[in-house]
Amino acid sequence: MTSVIHDIGYRHYDGPRLGRAYAVRSLFTHNLRAAYGLGRPAKAKIMPFLLFTIMLLPAAISVAITALASSLGNGQPVNLIRYSAYAVYLQPLIAIFLAAQAPVLASRDLRFHVTPLYFSRPLSRLDYVLAKYGALTTALFILLGTPVTILFIGALATKQKHLGTHTLDWAGAVVGCLMFALVLAAIGLVVAAFTPRRGFGVTAVMAVYLISTAAVGSIQGIAETQTKFGVARWAGMFTPFNLVDDVQVWALGAKSSSPEPPPSGLGGPVFALVCVAVVVGGLAILYQRFRRAGAQ
Amino acid sequence: MSIIATRGLGKQFPGVLALDELTIDIEPGVVGLVGANGAGKSTLIKILLGLIPPTRGQASVLGLDTVRESLKIRELVGYMPENDCLPPDVSATEFIVHVARVSGLPATAARERAADTLRHVGLYEERYRPIGGYSTGMRQRVKLAQALVHDPKLVFLDEPTNGLDPAGRDEMLALIRRIGTQFGISVLVTSHLLGELERVAQHLVIIDGGRLLRSQAVTAFTQASGVLAVELDDEAAGRDRLGHRLAQAGLRVHPDGRGLLIDIADETTYDLVRDCVADLGLALVRMENRRHRIEEVFSS
Repeated sequence: MTSVIHDIGYRHYDGPRLGRAYAVRSLFTHNLRAAYGLGRPAKAKIMPFLLFTIMLLPAAISVAITALASSLGNGQPVNLIRYSAYAVYLQPLIAIFLAAQAPVLASRDLRFHVTPLYFSRPLSRLDYVLAKYGALTTALFILLGTPVTILFIGALATKQKHLGTHTLDWAGAVVGCLMFALVLAAIGLVVAAFTPRRGFGVTAVMAVYLISTAAVGSIQGIAETQTKFGVARWAGMFTPFNLVDDVQVWALGAKSSSPEPPPSGLGGPVFALVCVAVVVGGLAILYQRFRRAGAQ
Repeated sequence: MSIIATRGLGKQFPGVLALDELTIDIEPGVVGLVGANGAGKSTLIKILLGLIPPTRGQASVLGLDTVRESLKIRELVGYMPENDCLPPDVSATEFIVHVARVSGLPATAARERAADTLRHVGLYEERYRPIGGYSTGMRQRVKLAQALVHDPKLVFLDEPTNGLDPAGRDEMLALIRRIGTQFGISVLVTSHLLGELERVAQHLVIIDGGRLLRSQAVTAFTQASGVLAVELDDEAAGRDRLGHRLAQAGLRVHPDGRGLLIDIADETTYDLVRDCVADLGLALVRMENRRHRIEEVFSS
């Protein structure tokens, strides 16, 4: 038999059509892959994978050193970096990842007018926004949660003392990573969705991070010198990493890793509500943004 | 059964009445939707896809209500937008597989259908390259493929020949005709050019300023204006004798060079011409059916 391509004409599809939930899942998977440059040219993979690798390095070094110096920490569990502090200490890297990849998810469809192709398929505009948000949240959660988990596996493998405390701290930090991912993804997508031009999105997300961090830092510094500690603590609300870290401290009993712990009293609950408002408000803004884009 | 039906459909945008009292019934087949830019073609398609609600009246596609059953409609129809809508940094294969899955096709079926559909629209080796490097004609084919990949019952093609050169235009029109005839998929295709749709559509809907001007079969548009051109290898006297004879029989006849132009009354016109030519012993070179272009029907 020789290999000949036979044109057998048009064939109809009579297999299953899996409907809306499957459509949303497909879009989620596609966007999660896109967040790491998968399914796109090699150039698109460099940035996310480079950042992912750098994120892992401190964890790997910490594991190596604690393994060598296993006599350390007679009194308490030891890691060079606390589980719950990992995201806060490495926040510039996380911000760069967010700035580089949020536009991939939020602005490409707008810039190239791809949205009509999605909205003419069996999913709603809210489904579309939730799939994008879920994908970026998951991508960030992988970025943040993996090194924290490597720290924990390292502690298990090197048979550290106080493994019970390790387990609790790690579990709390994983929940914290999810909170960071939820808040950061909402901010990143909203900013990127309003700056569809190439390169602008990256700059805009980075600017929001840097300006909020610098402004809050200055306010906190000034407040400290004037011994207005309440003001310094409340100011932490206005920069994403301090905000979420303070919620970790309040809700999960983590040690504060930010310049300021949450304000005492109502501070914790208020900061938690702010996080919820950022997520819900962000989704509402994204919904409006893509609803308008789809109607054009 | 009609695939598209609207009843008193209206759409009011702030300051603009995009559609007004539109009532149409469209049977399966290739249907042309003709109108100038801003006539309401795209608005109608968006209402039919359930993307925007009508302000008045109602519409159904494949028997499904556009407001209440839009998700079901969107599972069964395909849509090719007028404007560019493709991401440049993915390959056609990658993109078409992805949209097939968003249409609900399982992974394996999505891959098979993507390969099949890209072949049917005429994209071969280049489908593995990023779309950013494609010509306008190739991009139009990818846009068409994404509308067909989930094997819809009906496709909406919004100005598919826009931006194509004459050869690309012909190829796209041939492809649209094949979708209707060989693939068995109904097509609603829009254009601001009547002549173009006349070549592929069986039925034409013409709208202007959001109102229905006409909705009828293409044959009905052109039948009324059918003209038979008769060429003779005789001197003018022979031509005139034939003309006289046909006029006596009640036909409208005009001299045209060495031949005659005869308005076709009905099927018997052909027989009558043949018999008269034979009776008079004239040398008939040819008889040609000259269908008037639809444009002429509307300009007259």
